[in-house]
Amino acid sequence: MNALTAQDYKSDLKPIWCPGCGDYSVVTALAKALAELGRKREDIALISGIGCSSRLPAYTAVYGFHGVHGRALAVATGVKLARPDLTVLAAGGDGDGLSIGGNHFLHACRRNVDLTYLLMDNQVYGMTKGQASPTTAPDWCESKLTPHGPEIAPVMPLPLALAAGVGFFARGFSGDPNGLARLIAAAIRHPGFAVVHILSPCITFRPEQRGWKQQVRAFEAPPEATQAAALARFAEDDGFTTGVLFAATRPAFMPARAARRTPEALAARFAVQPCSD
Amino acid sequence: MDTNLPPAPLRAPPALALAITGSGGAGAMRAGEILLAAAASAGLYGRMTRAMGPQIRGGEAAALLRLAPDAIESPPDSIDLLIALDWENFARFADEIPLTQASLVLADPDQGPVPQAVTASGARIAALPAKALARAIPGGRANMVALGAASRLLGLPRELLADTIAHQLGAKGEEALAANRAALDRGAAAELPALARRLTLRPSAAPRWQLSGNQATGYGALAAGVRFVAAYPITPATEVLEYLAPALAETGGVLVQAEDELAAINMTIGASFAGTPALTATSGPGLALMVEALGLAVASETPLVVVDVMRGGPSTGIPTKSEQTDLNIALYGLHGDAPHLVLAPNGIGDCARTTAWAVGLAETLQVPALVLSDQALGQSRAVIAPPPPAPPTPGRLLAEDLAAFRRYDVTPSGISPMTLPGTEGGAYVADGLEHTPRGAPSASYTDHAAQLAKRARKLAVFDFGADWADAEGAGTIAILTWGSPTAAAREAAMRARADGLAVRVISLRLLAPAQPARLAALLTGVTRVLVVEQSDGAQFHRYLRAFYDLPPAVTVLARPGPLPIRPGEILAHLPVQE
Repeated sequence: MNALTAQDYKSDLKPIWCPGCGDYSVVTALAKALAELGRKREDIALISGIGCSSRLPAYTAVYGFHGVHGRALAVATGVKLARPDLTVLAAGGDGDGLSIGGNHFLHACRRNVDLTYLLMDNQVYGMTKGQASPTTAPDWCESKLTPHGPEIAPVMPLPLALAAGVGFFARGFSGDPNGLARLIAAAIRHPGFAVVHILSPCITFRPEQRGWKQQVRAFEAPPEATQAAALARFAEDDGFTTGVLFAATRPAFMPARAARRTPEALAARFAVQPCSD
Repeated sequence: MDTNLPPAPLRAPPALALAITGSGGAGAMRAGEILLAAAASAGLYGRMTRAMGPQIRGGEAAALLRLAPDAIESPPDSIDLLIALDWENFARFADEIPLTQASLVLADPDQGPVPQAVTASGARIAALPAKALARAIPGGRANMVALGAASRLLGLPRELLADTIAHQLGAKGEEALAANRAALDRGAAAELPALARRLTLRPSAAPRWQLSGNQATGYGALAAGVRFVAAYPITPATEVLEYLAPALAETGGVLVQAEDELAAINMTIGASFAGTPALTATSGPGLALMVEALGLAVASETPLVVVDVMRGGPSTGIPTKSEQTDLNIALYGLHGDAPHLVLAPNGIGDCARTTAWAVGLAETLQVPALVLSDQALGQSRAVIAPPPPAPPTPGRLLAEDLAAFRRYDVTPSGISPMTLPGTEGGAYVADGLEHTPRGAPSASYTDHAAQLAKRARKLAVFDFGADWADAEGAGTIAILTWGSPTAAAREAAMRARADGLAVRVISLRLLAPAQPARLAALLTGVTRVLVVEQSDGAQFHRYLRAFYDLPPAVTVLARPGPLPIRPGEILAHLPVQE
């Protein structure tokens, strides 16, 4: 019924991304998901922070906000709580979301505002030319900052999100834009905070990630529905299982409000009552 | 009412200053609140400030009141009546309770010897065995005995206190009220010397409000249309949020407790981008965390208001006490060339008016506005005339012609029409990256220069009108000040005028952008200036030097918090000699 095609959700700006970057496919998958859902462009807000993947809003035709590093989820939370009528998405990379913005990730999971978060993970800081990120393996030695490797364990987004109380977690691969589009659409439909962890290779600084297409495999079972079951099932997961891995029903956070009184009526409460005699 | 005592000395206003002190649980604060409310019902004006230690509960506390038949917000030069429920940790706030030979001190003999700091002042000391008197009444409390004594000495009808207690503590039941009443009677019946002077009660029919500065700030935000607040708790700003949480829910708005100040301001930015006037409130350490996002609001031209209820700094500093030392970070904390608004209320009622004006200006100019309140304003309760409404502002300029819409269009006013999400054909990307008029990221000199000039221009050409400062008086001497010391400056000038010395008081409400032509007009004929501020580093004086032409003779009274600047000190610093 929708007259708009996926192309209508894209802008005419040419991305700054390197040829072969996984993020191109994320734009494609997002546009396809939005077209399938038939949401009006003006009723969608896409919020991002800083990094290669955070350039995403400029390449779409929806309302966008490109903020500061690490704060996309906070801005998106403000948009959704102020305007529950809007479909609100946040997007960003592993550094933006799990390092500088890690605290907001935890609290977005537990706050459960109805947002969709596209967490585009390439295990590297691309925009600053190839430093280790919070999801980089401890023995990755290609950065001049950490020539012996980061030497610390990577963050695992799935158990981290589960421990923080997330209600929906899917993992997709940018090499499968149609599958990714389905996951993004499911996440948008989920009434609460929904994480789509997107494996999106950086072939410039992590050329070995070309091999991810051989590593990913689909999760064939229905999504786990309880935190305990999901933690148990994915405790040994290598991070390449794709699909909707976890979906639980939790009430989304939306404070009640009703314009019952005017500010002037509230001012009357300050008035001094003179003594009657 | 007893009126056979001499009237107040001419040079000081007909006001009485009172301190009630005690350790945790003694009820000094409660007694102060009841006294202020009773005085309000009796037609008086007044103010109660709080001096507290850092304890969460149970620390020493002092309720400092000043009551008068006319509006009064200045701290006093000295205390007329000190009622000490006990002397525990009194030394911690002795500095804030200046006593003279004219002071009367009521001390409970069962609470140990009167501290040397008190006896050295030469104040008259009288015994009020409040604890023993209270103990004789089942459920009796010493603070109620003290209130009874205060009501008699101040000439406040005891009935009024009893009614106020019933109103404030009625939920505790009939038995407790009867005990409180009996304790009041015991206090009022105690043998006590009279005060050196006393109040003239003049029942007032004029409408008055009783509220704290932080409540006033919250109300001002609400009145100006703020319907979204995100914030992280911090002393001494939390009461702004405690007022707003239920008030927003009743008026169709939302308050969110964020995980930190970084989230708080970014949520505020998101809500404002979505079209809802938005505000956050914090204090110095929180403001420091918010500064990066303030730059984002400047670059993305997102309206928002940050209220900073200032406290002693740097770092954790003195969280419970006042200082005017966030002026520098408010003016200069942002990186890049980032024009924005900085405003400061100069009274408790003005917290409402200035905050409301800041909201209107931020919305109109699509820019962040900082409102610098402080602990002395925020955590004081006052009985005041209802504040006048804020100056009207046009509000957000929304795009009408969407076919030609470019979010960051370069316009003569510097203000670019904007759209709100939900507007068909109006989608754009708000960006902290430098951008083209359309909003596409740009690193070109041409775009940078055009956008910088546009953002500077919208503040430079806007007519802020006469409300940018409060100016009163005439003569060749001017007191230049801002924020909470304004009340003391006004009282000092009033007393100087009573002595035949003309003094102007100029209190700056809009600190950024600076208004040099307007100040020059207010300073016409002034040859000597006294700058008054509560900052050891004289941040306000340096700001004046940077942006304004001052007459050659400038004296500076710049002192750190937490001691308030008192009117007598300002009088003593007035540059009366050529």
